[in-house]
Amino acid sequence: MEMRSPLGRVRGLGSTKSGTQHWVAERVGAIALVPLSLWFIYSVVALNGADYVTFKLWLGEHGNAVLMISFVVALFYHAKMGLEVVVEDYVHHETAKVTTLFIIRFATFLSGLSCILATLRVAFIG
Amino acid sequence: MVEFNLPANSRPTKGKVFKAEPGAVNIRRFRVYRYDPDLSDNPRIDTFEVDLDKCGPMVLDAMIKIKDEIDSTLTFRRSCREGVCGSCAFNIDGTNTLACTKPLSEIKGDVKIYPLPHMPVIKDLVCDLNQPYAQYKAIEPWIQADTPAPNRERLQSEEERAKLDGMWECILCFCCQSSCPSYWWNGDRYMGPAVLLQANRWIQDSRDEATGNRLDELDDSFRVFRCHTIMNCTNTCPKSLNPGKAIGEIKEALFKRQ
Repeated sequence: MEMRSPLGRVRGLGSTKSGTQHWVAERVGAIALVPLSLWFIYSVVALNGADYVTFKLWLGEHGNAVLMISFVVALFYHAKMGLEVVVEDYVHHETAKVTTLFIIRFATFLSGLSCILATLRVAFIG
Repeated sequence: MVEFNLPANSRPTKGKVFKAEPGAVNIRRFRVYRYDPDLSDNPRIDTFEVDLDKCGPMVLDAMIKIKDEIDSTLTFRRSCREGVCGSCAFNIDGTNTLACTKPLSEIKGDVKIYPLPHMPVIKDLVCDLNQPYAQYKAIEPWIQADTPAPNRERLQSEEERAKLDGMWECILCFCCQSSCPSYWWNGDRYMGPAVLLQANRWIQDSRDEATGNRLDELDDSFRVFRCHTIMNCTNTCPKSLNPGKAIGEIKEALFKRQ
């Protein structure tokens, strides 16, 4: 039973004084993803039907490799931020919430890292 | 997880039907949420038939008529009957609004009256507003200045005063607060649109000298940033204010000082 006053409950553990960075980072990622996604979709369509050698040459180009890695970083970073907000919104059980947040952070980090390494491998080794 | 369905003991059942007097022509049915804390029953939806030829034009007129003439146990808050006190906020015809300023002519079919959504119900249409009141207190809604008070008014330019328009008019009826899904799911930590509009009323006030402290207190993933610009607040406000814009101004101020 909770007999704490409503004001005490509302003040709770206090302000984290750190909410703005997360919010700004989410928006920066979203803005970056607009041109990067357009470039990615355009590239996928343009490379449709191409063989591996063509693709390797394409990704080996400096600009394409930079854009691909930027796209992957922005994508998974933004996905991490967005999923965190969804979980914080809807999952209220503390253990379940913290566990899900950890899974999201690890999964998006590993997926992003894996995509970056794959890009570098194709670009440099083939 | 968030509870999307009502718990079994909160699901409303069919209630009593109060027929209109014989001879009444202009009949309108009111379906009203009833809950009696002294009984262990579920809430119920009672139906009242009201003769509109003998009733004022607003939803509140009909509610007062029901209480006076049909069922005196119907419990609701009301006071000013002209949209300045904020007491008679209910969910009417699916939207949170003030019963006193909502004309019956704007509602098609039966008039459904429920308590404000997602607030604990005390009795019938009276809900527990302790949480939003505590949140209002937490934002310290009074002027804070270290400069000694002058012997006359604290002066503002016309432009500075104009910044408060659209905020001072808020009557704290909590129609917006209880319409916000983010507030439903996280009302214990998210301040909610009404309280944030009030917070912004002080953040934007040129006479206040505690802007930084106010922003410190709000700079939190939950307190402000649970607002996902759903905009139910602005849609529902019976005073046609824009809490969504006020929250945007708080976010803008927090961004500017990064």
